[in-house]
Amino acid sequence: MSIGLGHYLVVSGLLFSLGLYVLITRKNAVAMLMGVELVLNAALLNMVAFSRLGRVGPDKLDGQVFALFGIVLAAAEAVVALALVLQLYRAFRSVDTTETTDLKG
Amino acid sequence: MHLVPFPLLALIPLFPLLGAAYCGLVGCGLFKKYGEGAIHWPAILLPWGSFVVTLIAVITLAGAGHGAVLHQRLWDWFRIGSLSVDAAFQIDRLSAVMCLVVTFVGSLIHVYSRGYMKGDASYWRFFSNLNLFMFSMLVLVLGDNLLVMFVGWEGVGLCSYLLIGFWYRERKNAAAGMKAFVVNRVGDYGFTLGVFLLFWGLAAAPASLLRGQGGEPVAAAAVHEVAVGHGEVATSPGEHGAPIGEAAGEHGAAVSHGTEGSEAGRTPVSSVTFRDIERIMEDPARRDAVLNQKVLGFGLITLVCLLFFVGATGKSAQLPLYVWLPDAMAGPTPVSALIHAATMVTAGVYMVARLHFLFAYSPVAMTVVATVGALTALFAATIGLFQYDIKKVLAYSTVSQLGFMFVAVGVGAYWVGIFHLVTHAFFKACLFLGSGSVILGCHHEQDMRKMGGLRKLMPITAVTYFVSACAIAGFPFFSGFFSKDEILWKAFDSGNMLLPGGGIILWVLAATAALCTSFYMFRSYYMTFSGTYRGAQGHGTHDAHDAHGGHGHGLPKESPRSMTWVLAILGGLAVVGGYIGLPILWGLPNAFETWLEPIFEGSHHLIHSAERGHGAEWGLMLFSVVIAFSGFFLARWLYKDAKSPIPGRLLASRNGLVQGFHRVVFNKYYVDEAYQASFVNGTVGLSGLLSWFDRTVIDGIVNLAGTAGRFCSGIQGWIDANIVDGAVNLVASLSMRAGRSLRKVQTGRIQNYVLGLTAGAVVLVVIGFLLKW
Repeated sequence: MSIGLGHYLVVSGLLFSLGLYVLITRKNAVAMLMGVELVLNAALLNMVAFSRLGRVGPDKLDGQVFALFGIVLAAAEAVVALALVLQLYRAFRSVDTTETTDLKG
Repeated sequence: MHLVPFPLLALIPLFPLLGAAYCGLVGCGLFKKYGEGAIHWPAILLPWGSFVVTLIAVITLAGAGHGAVLHQRLWDWFRIGSLSVDAAFQIDRLSAVMCLVVTFVGSLIHVYSRGYMKGDASYWRFFSNLNLFMFSMLVLVLGDNLLVMFVGWEGVGLCSYLLIGFWYRERKNAAAGMKAFVVNRVGDYGFTLGVFLLFWGLAAAPASLLRGQGGEPVAAAAVHEVAVGHGEVATSPGEHGAPIGEAAGEHGAAVSHGTEGSEAGRTPVSSVTFRDIERIMEDPARRDAVLNQKVLGFGLITLVCLLFFVGATGKSAQLPLYVWLPDAMAGPTPVSALIHAATMVTAGVYMVARLHFLFAYSPVAMTVVATVGALTALFAATIGLFQYDIKKVLAYSTVSQLGFMFVAVGVGAYWVGIFHLVTHAFFKACLFLGSGSVILGCHHEQDMRKMGGLRKLMPITAVTYFVSACAIAGFPFFSGFFSKDEILWKAFDSGNMLLPGGGIILWVLAATAALCTSFYMFRSYYMTFSGTYRGAQGHGTHDAHDAHGGHGHGLPKESPRSMTWVLAILGGLAVVGGYIGLPILWGLPNAFETWLEPIFEGSHHLIHSAERGHGAEWGLMLFSVVIAFSGFFLARWLYKDAKSPIPGRLLASRNGLVQGFHRVVFNKYYVDEAYQASFVNGTVGLSGLLSWFDRTVIDGIVNLAGTAGRFCSGIQGWIDANIVDGAVNLVASLSMRAGRSLRKVQTGRIQNYVLGLTAGAVVLVVIGFLLKW
């Protein structure tokens, strides 16, 4: 049995589901951020998998390049998000999202 | 007739107007601060200023030659279509006479008022009103057209009202003022209708003449053609068509010579200016067109003259509108002398004389004027016989004398009417002022039964009163003799009257009135001045006055010098005033007739004499002397020193005829009561009826509309509150409810959102999956 596109997609689906699960269940903003990262990486995995094994053909690197951009974006996103979390903590003395429901601090 | 510009003319009415403004606007304050002098000096001097200007004008007029008219045009009053009215004054020989009388007698009465009104709290108001009256009267006299005259006409009515009700705190006086005003309105209505009808009627001229004039508006010409068409229906010569036709033949030539060439051909379409009306009536073609007009079956000119005469009966207190004048005696006595004897009440006579060129063309109107005058003369004279109020006697005497003047102007003897107006102004003003002096001396007692014996106490008043009484009674060589005798003769000799026997009926009426006049005047003289003083104590105790001399009111004493001087001047004029118009019969020069001749020459050819000859005239003159003396001796016999028992016995008589006669005459023939029952109650009843109609029907309709409106608005309000508002509220509450439920979605918890997001994505994916299938 060779590893095909279907396997990647299953892994990626698992990753996505786990990320979504974390995002929904966890109340801690930092943990939710982690869930988001999982979802993002599931998507990037999909791109690389489609690029390598999909109908596009192995000689094209579009998916890989896109994935690299995505990683960079994820890093930038993490920076911004963590800064926001920090501000959230300053304002509410908590990063529990069930407590930080007021728009007006 | 030629116009001479005279720029001083407006000063004549302006001076008293200034006085009125001064006293009326600042007089009250100055009076309180500086006393009476601050009021009466300007108020007296300004009318004298008018008199001086009038004298200058008269001298200028006399020097300007035959038929000159001094004229001053102030400004365009208004122009509407072919009607153009100037605010302009003119003084011709007729208005000069009036103006002299008004300014001279008026100024004298101002002087007199200084003494009479002394101590009155409204001193300033009195002089303001008196000056305003002078202004109005002078506007009336000097007006160059009917409308300016009408302004003065209404102005004197207003001042009369103000001054009759001068002591308005007494209801009776205020009511008398109101009565004068209302009765005068009736006459004024006739005057205005006369002006309208005359203006309309004068436009009736042959269309060809009007086209020849050029420059006239086309619309005006169209009006005339209609008017002429109107006239042609009745073109067949009427009762007075023939003599006019003859007259036009011989007079037409004279007219075209007499008037200035430039003016002769261009008479205006129609006008309210006296000059222009006279010129239209001198133009034969236009005059015939005017005379042939019929309105409601009457000749136009007759109707116009009768309407004007209605105005004159109101202002000059003739039957049937004389009722206000006796009541007008409620005013201060100088007012009675100035307004209700010497000047204002003669305005009607002046107006008829001024419009002689209309009246002369209507024998009907002339007859009516003369007859009404004669009837009034007799009617008022009989009422005067039994009055006890000294001013009431003089009031009825004034009504009666005005009747004489109307007889004169009615029979076409215009100059005689004006002559009597002048002499009457002198002697009646003197009588009124004398009565004022008596009233002041007797502490505002007017009942002659409480006077008596004043000859010794008030000698100057007594002498002037006696002299004036002689004048009004027509004693030979007093002024009233010349004027009254001339009236009686002209009435007797008139050839214009449509009455059976010509003017003889008029003469009988007037001569009887003259007899009554002589009687009641000397009755009032003897009751007032002879015998012993009956005032200030109980009735009938003749000999007790010395004991009570210092008690209560005290004995009457002579009035101050400012009053007695005026009495003396007027009394003197009452004697010599007649010498300006000496009878031609005596071969003496009649300055007055000569002076007025140019004014009345336009209608001269229409006035006819019955040619009764000099013998008749001498006879009548003797007869009127007999009348005057018999009245005098009768009064003397009955009333001198209150000794004769006959008047008392007559009054106490049980004879039904005597009593009934006395009661009817003493109560003034119940005319006031009749008017009260007919016109006043009729008007009040009608107003009650109309008020009832207003309250029930008109108000009912209004209230019904109101109720219906309220009902409709109630329904609409219900619809608004329930349906319209309901819909709005429904929308609002729906959105609120939706908002409230949707708000729950917006929890603010990220997990919920993410769950929703995921669920949505799953649903979309499922849908997409299903659709692909």
